[in-house]
Amino acid sequence: MLSAPSISELVARAEADGKPLSEVILELETAASERGRDEIWEGMRAALRTMREAAERGTRSSVRSMGGLVEGCGRRVNALRLRGESILGEPMTSVVAKALAVAEVNAAMGRVVACPTAGSCGVVPGVILGLGGEQASEDDLVRALFTAAGVGYVIAQRATVSGAEGGCQAECGAASAMAAAAAVEIAGGSPRQAADAVAIALKSFLGLVCDPVAGLVEVPCIKRNASAAAVALVAAEMALAGIESVIPADEVIDAMGEIGRRLPLELRETARGGLAATPTGRLIAARFRADE
Amino acid sequence: MMTDERGGRPMAEMDVFSVVGPVMVGPSSSHTAGAVRIGRMARAVAGARVRRAEVVLHGSFADTYRGHGTDRAIVAGLLGLETDDPRVREALSIARRSGLDVSFRLADLGNVHPNTAKVILTADDGRTTEVTGSSIGGGAIRIVAIDGYEVSLSGEYHTLVTVHQDRPGVVARVSDVIARAGLNIAFMRVSRRGRRAEAMMTIELDDEIPSWVTSEVGSIQAIRRAFAVPRI
Repeated sequence: MLSAPSISELVARAEADGKPLSEVILELETAASERGRDEIWEGMRAALRTMREAAERGTRSSVRSMGGLVEGCGRRVNALRLRGESILGEPMTSVVAKALAVAEVNAAMGRVVACPTAGSCGVVPGVILGLGGEQASEDDLVRALFTAAGVGYVIAQRATVSGAEGGCQAECGAASAMAAAAAVEIAGGSPRQAADAVAIALKSFLGLVCDPVAGLVEVPCIKRNASAAAVALVAAEMALAGIESVIPADEVIDAMGEIGRRLPLELRETARGGLAATPTGRLIAARFRADE
Repeated sequence: MMTDERGGRPMAEMDVFSVVGPVMVGPSSSHTAGAVRIGRMARAVAGARVRRAEVVLHGSFADTYRGHGTDRAIVAGLLGLETDDPRVREALSIARRSGLDVSFRLADLGNVHPNTAKVILTADDGRTTEVTGSSIGGGAIRIVAIDGYEVSLSGEYHTLVTVHQDRPGVVARVSDVIARAGLNIAFMRVSRRGRRAEAMMTIELDDEIPSWVTSEVGSIQAIRRAFAVPRI
C-alpha cells in the first residue's frame, strides 16, 4: 500500500534538495502530468491573471451578489484603506479587501478560479495579491500558487476540501492553510516554517460548520473569506517568527477530516442548521422561495 | 488508478489544477459550473438546432436556482457556452435574442441526486430529446437518462449512442465496427424498455468517433438510430 501524501514528505524533499516547496510541487506535477513544465507554469500564470482581474473588479467597483445579500464589501474596505483610515494597516488591509473582492465577484457570477472551491475562492488570491502584489515579481506569485496548490492537494487527499463533506473548515479552513504556506514562501521563509503556518492556520478553523443562508454562497461565505485570509497572514507571521505548531500539519489535517465526518448533515452545506436556521436566515430563505 | 491506504491519491499523482482550478463563472461549482455542463451535454445529445427548451429543476436545484444562477447556467450550456464564459450570466437574454424559447418548471423527479435537472429540447424539425443530468460535485456531472432510457454518462468521453431493437448479436456487430476503427471502449451500457423491445446502448470511448463509424453502426439492421455525442 502506498502512503498518503503528506506535508512532511513535501518538506523533507524540499530540505533534502535545498529547494523551496513550490519547486518540489512543480516537479511532482511535471512528473505526473502529460503536460510539460512550461505549459504547467503557463496554466498557473493564467490562474493568477484571472485572480488579479477579479480582485481589481471587486475593489474598484461595487459588486452585488446574485441573491443581493452582499454588495460592495471589497470596494468599501479598499476605500477605507485609500482614505488612510484602516486600523489594520498594510498589507493586512489589502489582503482583506482583495479576499472580499474575489469572493463577491464569484457570488455575482463573475469569472474566478476555484481555490480549492468556488465558495472559498477569495482567500488565496487575497493573501498572494495583497501581500506580494506591489513588491513581489509575477514569478514569485506564481510560485506561491504552486505552494498553495501542493498544500491543498495533500488536504484533499488526506481529508476533504468539500463543504458538503467536511463543513467550512474544509473550504475556508483549507484555503487559509494553503494561503499561509504561500505567504511564508513569498516572505522568504523556510519549507518547515510553511508547514507550521499550515498547521497554525488550519487549527484556527477546526469545527467550523458550513451553514449558508438560503443555501447561497453569500452569507456567511463572503466575509469568511476575508477572515480566513487574515488568519493565514497571522499564522504566517507566527511561523516566520520561529513559532512552531505543537501538532504537526499532517495530524491537524487528519483531525480536520475526522471532525468533518462527525459533523451532522444539518451543518454540512444543506442550509438546515446554524446561521441558515436562525430567524433571520429562515426569513431570507422564505423570501427567496416566495420570489420563485 | 492507484490509491493510498485512505482511498485518496498518492503524492506521485500530484494534480495542482484540481486544487487551483477550474477557472469558472461563480458562484458554485455544483450549482453553476456543473449546470452549464448538463446543458452542454443536452445540446450535444440533441445534435440539431434547438428552438424550444423546457427545463425541469429538482431538489436543491429547484430550491436555490435563482441565487446560484442554475437556470442561466443550463441555458448557457444549451447555447454552447463554456463554464468560464462571462456571458453565462446573460444566457437568458442571449437565448431570447437567438430565438431559443426557454421555460422553467420545478418538480420532484423522484429518487435522483438533489442537484438534478431534466431538459426537454425541441429541434427545428420538431423532434424532441429528453436528457436528465445530475451535478455530482466540483463541477462533475452524470447524465442519468436519455429519452427515458437509463444511462450513465460523465461527458468526459466521446460517446456513441444507438437506439435499436433488443435482439441477439446487435452488441457484437456494433463492437466489431468500433474494433475495426481502432477505438478503445472505456465504458459501455445497454438499457431496454423490455425483452425484444426498443433498447439504448451507450459506449464511452477514449478517442474521437469518425463519422463513418456512426453511419456504419447506423446502417446495421435492427439499429434505428445511431449518433455520436462529443466530449464536452
